[in-house]
Amino acid sequence: MHSYIPIILMVSVGILLGSVFLLLHRFLGPHRPNPEKLSTYESGMPPVRSARERFSVKYYMVAVLFILFDIEVIFLYPWAVNFRTLGLFGYVEMVLFIVILLVGYLYILKKGALRWD
Amino acid sequence: MENILQLLSNPIVSAVLMALAPLLFILPYALVTIYIEMKMAAHIQNRLAYMQTGWHGTLQPFADILKLLQKEDIIPTAASKFLFILAPYLVFVGTYSSFAVLPFSSAFIGSNIDLGIFFLIAVSSLVVVGLLMSGWASNNKWSLFGALRSAAQIVSYEIPSALAILGVVMVSGTMSTQEMTHFQDGGIGQWIIFGGNLPLWQKLSLIPFMIILFLIYLVSSMAEVNRTPFDIPEAESELVQGYNTEYSGMKFAIFYLAEYANLFLVSAVVVILFFGGWTSPFGTFLSGPVWGAFWFVTKGMLFVCLNIWLRWTLPRLRVDQLMYVSWKVLTPFALLCVLAIGLIVVM
Amino acid sequence: MNLYDIIFYFFAVVTIASAAVVVFSRNIVYSAFSLLFTFFGVAGIYVLLNADFLAITQLLVYVGGILVLILFGVMLTTNVVSVEIKTGTMQTLPATIIVALLAGLLGGIVWTTDWFVGKRLSEVTSQTTSKEIGTALITTHVLPFEIASVILLVAIVGAAMMARRERSNTNI
Repeated sequence: MHSYIPIILMVSVGILLGSVFLLLHRFLGPHRPNPEKLSTYESGMPPVRSARERFSVKYYMVAVLFILFDIEVIFLYPWAVNFRTLGLFGYVEMVLFIVILLVGYLYILKKGALRWD
Repeated sequence: MENILQLLSNPIVSAVLMALAPLLFILPYALVTIYIEMKMAAHIQNRLAYMQTGWHGTLQPFADILKLLQKEDIIPTAASKFLFILAPYLVFVGTYSSFAVLPFSSAFIGSNIDLGIFFLIAVSSLVVVGLLMSGWASNNKWSLFGALRSAAQIVSYEIPSALAILGVVMVSGTMSTQEMTHFQDGGIGQWIIFGGNLPLWQKLSLIPFMIILFLIYLVSSMAEVNRTPFDIPEAESELVQGYNTEYSGMKFAIFYLAEYANLFLVSAVVVILFFGGWTSPFGTFLSGPVWGAFWFVTKGMLFVCLNIWLRWTLPRLRVDQLMYVSWKVLTPFALLCVLAIGLIVVM
Repeated sequence: MNLYDIIFYFFAVVTIASAAVVVFSRNIVYSAFSLLFTFFGVAGIYVLLNADFLAITQLLVYVGGILVLILFGVMLTTNVVSVEIKTGTMQTLPATIIVALLAGLLGGIVWTTDWFVGKRLSEVTSQTTSKEIGTALITTHVLPFEIASVILLVAIVGAAMMARRERSNTNI
């Protein structure tokens, strides 16, 4: 697990760099707030209501479909790494796996779940 | 002198240096690319771009940085302050830690983990959450809609890009970015786009599928960095600036830097997957650790320029077209390609 | 205390602290965002357990998928977002009973499990986990593997049903 230490370090470097930027900015940038400046930008108009309104459920659907297909792809990765040693048997297994999911894909296609209108 | 060498061989010290090294690349790279992008955009549109600051405006990126540093840092009263500050960190950390698995040359890679390319796919999800956070924290309608669209777009295009990478993993038999590059060592004919170093008939039959996978990955990587023709999240004429509308000064600069770093990242992944990473196109001629870094950066920059070219040439897609391309074109084609490649390799 | 211990305690603190925010925060969106750090901390602990494939899968599925789904879900429900949820103590007795039962169950599992104590982390030499997982999935565990695809199929069908219902009665 030694090879993961640089990644942990890089995460810390990323956080550190962000902090350095923001600190630098605190010393160099002006700070003269007024209510107009601090109001939410809405094309120059006074903001109407909060932005946290309802939005379309379509976004939720995209996330659901993403998770399903993502899990499928994750299953395929460990197979792909050593599928040359697994040979034809492994390939047939995987074709079965993919075909079952292709059926699901065709079903949602037919049902119009992938239509964005 | 000996003390310094001893210090350098200390594993912790060398790990810290390894972690800092990509930064030394990203900062100058961003300055150069901002300049290249503006100049290319201008010439594509038949105008001149920067001419005043320095020779042909070469000092403009520095002037931009000075300007950003002097800007006032505004946090709107309606925003959720803590999340508003945290969001740029998340986006930047997500992008920066992906650089850990880029093999700049045979001698340099931040972290040679066994699951390199898989890690790359996973870490980009940190960026999605960062964007959603910035959009929600800003409490601005443009920001929130930009963030939602952006998240939906990145998430949709992750499936075809993961499938395209899968095809390459099947051919090379490894997820480590360094081993993947070694697999393609030995000249232009050994690159995965030309079938890697497999027997001749397999190579020949793989080429068409590899080209399709390459195009699929190219399109989805462009969508994942939110640039035109996939810039719906920040379509200027509709959503002002998208998720970073409320950000100013250095926080905006961090988003901007992350965007450019991301651009190189996806271009570098294209190079690792299909175009031989740091390997020289002439086999052993002009190869070695230093030339390796040269080839890697040159190839990466070529794809960055391709991205810029496409950005300033193509019109923007509509949201429904965007989803159509991802779910109904790229995903099924990528799946079929994976099946076909499997058949060819296993035979 | 060596480096690995420090990293372990760091991730443990991140996981537990952010999980506490998830539970105690009065704003549900803050709870959802805090989950990010819980998932991240758990991924870190997986890496320390030499389960790197699992760690990255955790990031990919939970941070990239489930968390985005939860965020969309939370943001979709206006009322929940703009009004802070009231957290108070009610139904103390049933809650106590359920918590006690759950705690007893977990305690029993901890007590009766024959814990595998491996080598110290610093002694483990890195090896490729993904290849072994792949081989195991295709050979010894091939039936659960294929069943997983059927379960995914069922989930996809369910998702399609959800999408269809949405289309028939609204057009936002």
